[in-house]
Amino acid sequence: MNNGGVQMSDESYNREGTEKTTDSHPQTSPDSDTRLEVEHLNVYYGDFRAVKDVNLSIKNNRVTAIIGPSGCGKSTFIRCLNRMHEVTPGGRVQGKVMLDGQDLYGPGVDPVDVRRRVGMVFQKPNVFPSMSIYDNVASGYKLNGVRNRQMIAEKVERSLKNAALWEEIKDDLQKPGTSLSGGQQQRLCIARALAVDPEVLLMDEPCSALDPIATAKIEELIHELKETVTIVIVTHNMQQAARVSDYTAFFYVGELIEFGETQQLFTAPEKRQTEDYITGRFG
Amino acid sequence: MKATSMQRMTSQTDLHRFRVRKLVELLAVTGMVLCAAVSIFFLLAILGYVVYRGASSIDWEFLTALPLPPGEVGGGIANALIGSVLVVGCATLLAMPIGLGAAVFVNEFPSARLGRAVRFMAEVLTGVPSIVVGLFAYALVVQPMGSFSGLSGSVAYAIIMVPIVLITSHEAFRLVPPSLREASLALGVPKWRTIIGIVLPVSSKALITGGVLAISRALGEAAPMLFTAFGNPFWNLNLGKPIATVPMLIYTYATGPYEDWHRKAWAASFVLMMVVLITSVMTRAFLRGKAHE
Amino acid sequence: MKDQSVTLASDRAAAIDVKLIHHDMHVTNLGDRLFYRATQGFALCVLLLAFLLVLDLFRGSWEAIQTFGLKFLVGTTWDPVTHQFGTLPTIIGTLVKALIALLLAVPISIGSAVFITFYVPKWLRPMISYPIELLAGIPSIVFGLWGLFIMVPVIRALQIWLKANFGWFFLFDGPAVYGVGVLAGSVILAIMITPIITAISRDILLTVPRPQIEGMLALGATKWEAIWQVALPYARVGLFGAVILGLGRAIGETMAVTMVGGNSFDLIHSLFDPVHSMASQIASEFTEATYSLYVSSLIYVGLVLFGITILISLGAQFLIRRMSKGQVAVFE
Repeated sequence: MNNGGVQMSDESYNREGTEKTTDSHPQTSPDSDTRLEVEHLNVYYGDFRAVKDVNLSIKNNRVTAIIGPSGCGKSTFIRCLNRMHEVTPGGRVQGKVMLDGQDLYGPGVDPVDVRRRVGMVFQKPNVFPSMSIYDNVASGYKLNGVRNRQMIAEKVERSLKNAALWEEIKDDLQKPGTSLSGGQQQRLCIARALAVDPEVLLMDEPCSALDPIATAKIEELIHELKETVTIVIVTHNMQQAARVSDYTAFFYVGELIEFGETQQLFTAPEKRQTEDYITGRFG
Repeated sequence: MKATSMQRMTSQTDLHRFRVRKLVELLAVTGMVLCAAVSIFFLLAILGYVVYRGASSIDWEFLTALPLPPGEVGGGIANALIGSVLVVGCATLLAMPIGLGAAVFVNEFPSARLGRAVRFMAEVLTGVPSIVVGLFAYALVVQPMGSFSGLSGSVAYAIIMVPIVLITSHEAFRLVPPSLREASLALGVPKWRTIIGIVLPVSSKALITGGVLAISRALGEAAPMLFTAFGNPFWNLNLGKPIATVPMLIYTYATGPYEDWHRKAWAASFVLMMVVLITSVMTRAFLRGKAHE
Repeated sequence: MKDQSVTLASDRAAAIDVKLIHHDMHVTNLGDRLFYRATQGFALCVLLLAFLLVLDLFRGSWEAIQTFGLKFLVGTTWDPVTHQFGTLPTIIGTLVKALIALLLAVPISIGSAVFITFYVPKWLRPMISYPIELLAGIPSIVFGLWGLFIMVPVIRALQIWLKANFGWFFLFDGPAVYGVGVLAGSVILAIMITPIITAISRDILLTVPRPQIEGMLALGATKWEAIWQVALPYARVGLFGAVILGLGRAIGETMAVTMVGGNSFDLIHSLFDPVHSMASQIASEFTEATYSLYVSSLIYVGLVLFGITILISLGAQFLIRRMSKGQVAVFE
């Protein structure tokens, strides 16, 4: 269940620092538990500023939930963490997003590389219809030129197991990806994202199109996954946030209103707006 | 190198792979730019030569005089210009009512399955080669009449135009919001008045565009004329007899042996191209106008 | 029941029965009835047209069909003098020119379409699409004129060079000096069908949902990899339809091919051989056909041409419709 094998060796390599980046910026947070550090993030659609001056720390191997009413900028925010926002026409980002101390928006950093390290699962499962289940999972992994059939097969199996999908479809790997149910397709997308060994996994309302049973399966999965991947999940469902996350960030009209440990935020929120939202004063 | 990789690319092979992928993308984009460039190149080549070889020959004589006997230099294509206008004009009179009327039927009376069949048939008809349309017009009009005639040419053009008019009109009617019709009907206005008084005016711009497209298409078609209107070196306004048209003239002159004929063919092509260009600009202007609504 | 709903609407009832718009069969208003019949008449005209077309083609070719039957399609002799008519050479000529045209046009068209859809910013798109659309509006006869006087000399020079250097290759072992022939015909066709394939491909590619492409990008793919591995496969049915549509156009094209494709009825052996296509054969010979079997044979050729293009056109429409309706079961 552990794809940490490959990851660990990479990380220790990093810490030995042979090919480390030479742009030394001071550690912005003394907390070595921080995986992603967001500094003064401002996000635009053309001239419209959708996310205003956000500062946030995502903790390593923890689940951080982003909650807030519709239009508060949560999806926009999360799409900045893997540089997907700039793919949208008119999308512009100011500020820093530091992954292990390195700014993802730094000069000379290629978004293609960023997205390999920070993976994403979308709101509606976007299984590739022209590929089989097997090929779907392998699609990201093969991008770096892996040809060895054995390695690919192992990776596909491991990823599907990590996504809790292996047992259900192990005999049907050649079937088209779209032949699965909605919940299964979403887990397929998770497997596909995991196959590239991301360090952070972003989930943009992954259960909003699924039935309760499928949702429960994925929430359970998130719980297991956090041991190897850092997870950031956007959800409009507060109960879900309370169930799965360790930390929660509350956004409202593009601003980060409050951030803290989930238990704390839901039982004793510091800000009035947070309390209003949680108690359902506005949707 | 501008795109450097991040810390993760710790091995040389990984970095190498990454650079290869970037290179592949660069090659692909270069290839695609070349593809688009090739297309545009040919447009410029054709347009350019038509202007270069043709524009200089356009003068008053060219536009107003009749052709001289073969081999003599000079004269004009006035008969073909008028001929085209007559033949296409008559075709329009035939095609517009049928195309429009049928489109009204297809869209405004959708419960009739006939409508769907007709729309489908129109789309099938757009795929018929124009030479086959010419054959049909020959069998339908020329054979019974016993001679080539402008009328058979009009029939041939009409057959080409009807599907275009039908399809564009149908699409235009589809865009008219149902609420407009419902409002009129709710006031007690009979359906036929609603269609004529509301649906047609509202979609008029699109309808005109469709008509212009069809006319422009017909003006340029030579193949059907080969054995319908046939051609006529003399002045003729009688649609019951063979009549000269511009595309047919271009064909005759281009494949003929005389240098003067070739020159005229280029000039006539220039005239035709102008029509196409103006039509295209008009259609574009209309589409842009629509987008702003 | 139904009559009642009609009366209700005319009574300006608040509730408008939308079904009224569809229950036109039972309209009692005289004006509406006449109008219905009139427009129905026009609609029937269209069907009648199509029906008559097929009928007349059969009628006109009947003599030839009776004389030759299906052997017409495989006969290799076309000799009006001896009353022998076989169209195999021209059928092959048509298909070969059309297929080579596709070979040349498809990469350029789809390459352009991908470029326009995915790499050109929205505001710049019209500037590139527009010239290509303009190319689609140029009449065939103008293509023929340009082809004959400008393109053929270039092709001739190319052919001479090819024959001199690669003449041992069977494709280049032919009468290079003509200039007109299979190669010229194919190239002009390719230029003519590129705009259509490009325009339709571009429309098809615009229907690829963004989440599909973003999904691939999110895995760390370059834009090109996302297009190649996800967008193009997703669109492949529609793209194929666009290609087929281009094929149909290439097969039915007359004037340009008549002028640059060559006038022979012999079976082709190389790229440089001149040969008629079915359309150019009809165009060239029809007015010279002096006896009824000759005319009938030419109409028979027209019938065959019609049949082929209709089948292709139907196939193309079917494929393109399937794509637009999203035949692929993507989870919604």
